[in-house]
Amino acid sequence: MSAEFVNVEVNGVAVKAPKGEMIIRVTDANGAYIPRFCYHDKLPIAANCRMCLVEVEKAPKPLPACATPVAEGMKIFTRSPKAIAAQKATMEFLLINHPLDCPICDQGGECELQDLAVGFGRDISRYHERKRVVKDLSLGPLVSTDMTRCIHCTRCVRFGQEIAGIQELGTTGRGENMQIGTFVEHSVDHELSGNIIDLCPVGALNSKPFRFHARAWEMTQHPLVSPHDGFGSRLYGHVLRGKLMRVVPQPCEEINETWICDRDRYGYEGLAAADRLTAPRVRASNGQWQDADWDTALDAMAKGLRAASTGRGADGAGYMAHPSSTLEELYLLARLAEGLGSSNIDHRLRQRDFRDQGGDPLVPHLSLAIADVDALDALLIVGSNLRAELPMLAHRVRKAARRGAAVSFLNPQRYEYLFPTANVLVANPAQMLHELAGVLGAALEAGAAAAPASLAPLLAGVAPNVAHKAIAASLAKGQRAIWLGALALRHSAYAELRALARELARVTGATLGELAEGANAAGAYLAGCTPHRAAGGMVRAAYGRNARQMLEEPLPGYLLLGAEPWADGLQPHTLATLERARFVGAIASYASPAMLQVAQVLLPAATFAETSGTYVNLEGRWQSFAGAARPPGSARPAWKILRVLGNLLDLEGFEYQSSEIVRDELRAAVERAPRLGYESAFVPTRSAAVETLRDLPMYRLDPLLRRAPSLQQTRAGLAAAAEYPS
Amino acid sequence: MGAWDDKRNLVCLEPIKLERPWTLATYTGIGGYESWKKMLAEKTPREQIIDAVKASGLRGRGGAGFPMGVKWSFMPRNAPMQKYVVCNSDESEPGTCHDRDILRFNPHALIEGMAIGGYAMNATVGYNYIRGEFLGEPVPRFEAAVKEAYAAGLLGKNIMGSGVDFDLYTFVGAGAYICGEETALLDSLEGKQGKPRFKPPFPAAFGLYGAPTTINNCQSFASVPTILRKGPQWFAALGPVNSGGTNIFSVSGHVNNPGNFEVPLGIPFADLLDMAGGIWKARHIKAVIPGGSSVPVVPGEIMMKTNMDYDSLKASGSSVGSAAVIVMDETTCMVRTLERLARFYMSESCGQCTPCREGTGWLNRTLKRILAGQGTREHLGLLLDVANRIEGHTICALGDAAAWPVQSFLKHYRHEFEFMVDHAGRSIVAPDAARGTQVAA
Repeated sequence: MSAEFVNVEVNGVAVKAPKGEMIIRVTDANGAYIPRFCYHDKLPIAANCRMCLVEVEKAPKPLPACATPVAEGMKIFTRSPKAIAAQKATMEFLLINHPLDCPICDQGGECELQDLAVGFGRDISRYHERKRVVKDLSLGPLVSTDMTRCIHCTRCVRFGQEIAGIQELGTTGRGENMQIGTFVEHSVDHELSGNIIDLCPVGALNSKPFRFHARAWEMTQHPLVSPHDGFGSRLYGHVLRGKLMRVVPQPCEEINETWICDRDRYGYEGLAAADRLTAPRVRASNGQWQDADWDTALDAMAKGLRAASTGRGADGAGYMAHPSSTLEELYLLARLAEGLGSSNIDHRLRQRDFRDQGGDPLVPHLSLAIADVDALDALLIVGSNLRAELPMLAHRVRKAARRGAAVSFLNPQRYEYLFPTANVLVANPAQMLHELAGVLGAALEAGAAAAPASLAPLLAGVAPNVAHKAIAASLAKGQRAIWLGALALRHSAYAELRALARELARVTGATLGELAEGANAAGAYLAGCTPHRAAGGMVRAAYGRNARQMLEEPLPGYLLLGAEPWADGLQPHTLATLERARFVGAIASYASPAMLQVAQVLLPAATFAETSGTYVNLEGRWQSFAGAARPPGSARPAWKILRVLGNLLDLEGFEYQSSEIVRDELRAAVERAPRLGYESAFVPTRSAAVETLRDLPMYRLDPLLRRAPSLQQTRAGLAAAAEYPS
Repeated sequence: MGAWDDKRNLVCLEPIKLERPWTLATYTGIGGYESWKKMLAEKTPREQIIDAVKASGLRGRGGAGFPMGVKWSFMPRNAPMQKYVVCNSDESEPGTCHDRDILRFNPHALIEGMAIGGYAMNATVGYNYIRGEFLGEPVPRFEAAVKEAYAAGLLGKNIMGSGVDFDLYTFVGAGAYICGEETALLDSLEGKQGKPRFKPPFPAAFGLYGAPTTINNCQSFASVPTILRKGPQWFAALGPVNSGGTNIFSVSGHVNNPGNFEVPLGIPFADLLDMAGGIWKARHIKAVIPGGSSVPVVPGEIMMKTNMDYDSLKASGSSVGSAAVIVMDETTCMVRTLERLARFYMSESCGQCTPCREGTGWLNRTLKRILAGQGTREHLGLLLDVANRIEGHTICALGDAAAWPVQSFLKHYRHEFEFMVDHAGRSIVAPDAARGTQVAA
């Protein structure tokens, strides 16, 4: 695409600018700052704040830079007396009804109005009339309101229209009585709604959990990565005296743009949960729990693991990690298991069908870069409540759909997607296979192709209907992809679903992605935290037991890393199985009642924001981060615990000095490893038993979220509490 | 009888002298729908109609006075998409009431004008946006006329076998002044809050539902059939250069016979005042707002020497605006009048853009303070400063409309404001009355 350029002049400097570009983008790109409130890069233009008025030669009036396209020969003056006069005039109007409560306003110190008032405001107000007072809104547990501070920029309103896809906030009244509100009082429930806090240029909308907890200038800012899903949103943690006070987005165009989802923003509250484990604990011989020093607890752990491993070969201890553990932790856990002679290691706590695991790709991945999702022309998503599983990915898909992409779903139930969908197939778990076979059948018909004989049992008796044909046709052209979501991965006939999806991808030329759960599922595959592949994706000679097998039949011992399998898995009777094990040790951040019921040794681990490490997201991007907050009590980063444990167990090569060294060692292993033997011997059958398929509440997915009180108080959180009483 | 008697009611109010002027029969009796039928039969080239409207010199009667033919030519009439014509009958400018009479007494002229506009701009759908307060008489009259026109086969699909489609719908607003602004009107028509859109893009490119749209005032549309029937030159020659045709002046205020007077543009104000029976109660003229409350006020002695056309009024420091002539006699307190106007703009501001939302209230409160006897001379400077800071800084013209009265009242009647702030709120027109009260009119 060849862009047309025009020549314009910004403050006397000649620049080239794309034709039709708004003045403000041209001046931003050329380092001439224009003050603004309502303008935001990612939102539609409103031009209502009038702060960005600039002088343009030959224009009789000052023009809004955000809404005036550049034209050939235009001469723009951003700092001329006329421009400054207009900007100062607007600032005076904005301030007359704005309360002077900056000292008690959370926005103070990071307030766009405050900042610009320094540059464009008067020292003393000329307004001596009564100031406006506006009743506050109750927007739920996440967003606090001080509506008297509102300057009516409508960024929050436009966020709902443009980004969320559901307008939760709007304006009512007119003139001075115009108000931002919900009309009928209700909470803001969209999973991205916390972003209105960042959008609000003043202190009208703020973080409710963070309210009055710290001043912006007291905290230090640390880059972090989201621990809740494989999207890998970049975050900033704001830390005061070692404590993580809040989380805000770190702009990153390739991943999360300027947004984060609410669970990324408020999940940090789980760090301060009441059941946080702050000291090592061991169970005494009388069964009572006792706080212990690190040496005693590590010894007890080493002893328990050794007893469960020695001489048992493949029937030794089982190792279960949460897929949001860091790459380094997972790698050290895998090395520890290997050192103790066990391949019983897994992070896929919710997967139920492992028959085709030999045919897994190197890592579960999107099959394309996140930034390229916007440009998709067709997408078929099989088994995914996308907005709950990967809220930010749903936003990208929404952008594609609004651009005109044909987005189709095959799901066990109907969800609210908030974007235009092409075809939505709803079928019970058993029927899902049949429906997907229908789409494949349509694609085969259209392409006059034949499926491999192995799929014959699934395709027998399939008669593609109109919807199947429409989906197959949409996948035949343009940028196209097929994704298997978490519901597909939890499906008891996942192997068959994937076989069909693979063939559909092959026939249509679409790429096939798998939206694995957890922030670091891809990293777990690379680290060798799977029973069928060792570090780097090397195929194991003999497969160990997968998560389901480990939780169905008790092993002599278990080591849990950050996982609470009774809550992070879907297997029934998990607690009973673990109770039957002779030894359960856990490197954990929380001592929940269930944990205290099954474990013998608890080693307190640092968690999100408290440890350094690396996540690999679903596009395969390695993102390392440093620890930002201090772990509570004597909790330590898990990679250090595993390192010492390795030493205590006399395992070779556990002398790491930093998490970077661990990462680099794994990186080298990944680059070295031959990726051979990924062919699967799996043969699809029509008679795979189909179990019920459970969708999980989005604020219950990991230990941190389950302990974030504000998220639990949201509408989604309360609904989950009613449905699944804990 | 006056010199203008034979030049009254030549265009929009032509049938008003007849029995039941709003009926189709009456309208066709004076040549109504002739232009439309001729156009349908002859398939007149669209350019030819637009050129005729251009040649007539007809300028938008809503207030801005933009040449209507030129506006019509902006429409991408050959673009292969739905296009709309919209009639602005949201007549809310204080003092203005001529659209109401067109809807009541000559609705078919509007229907024909819109149909012709639709044909000329290749738009097959028209909406007439009527203000909510007109639900009583004008809306039913107009709706009945539309029904008649449909029944007579003058509207609809493939009208009279010509292959031309034109459907016309009525939309009743909820009574917001701001919805008379053309883009706010479009938002309101789409079911949204009536808030002006920023321009560009202009409605001709991105209007109703994002489609090319032309919005004209009710009187503008209603003038078109007569222009085409009697010829653009006839129409243009009625008024002086740059001010072709007739205009309906709504004369109100301190006159003996307030009302609508359709006369050629360029009529001397003194003659118009005579037509309205002169100043009442044998008083003297003090001031005139010649074009609806938004335009600058002009002292009576200047007005008496001014002709009512675009150029003359501009020379007198005001504008034709919506042709609502508000006449004030010497007992009028200009401070109080300005406060009332400022209150109107404060409560009618849509609230989206900062200077107007915040500034209109500031102006009104400052004026109230002056009326309450708490004003100082600094407040007069402040009023002017606030008005200057609103003017030209807003999305739509409501900001300007709020600023102009303040500027013009202070320009011509500053001594009245000074008297009041110097005398603890007493008005110059009734210095002995208690403060904050005005002599009974």
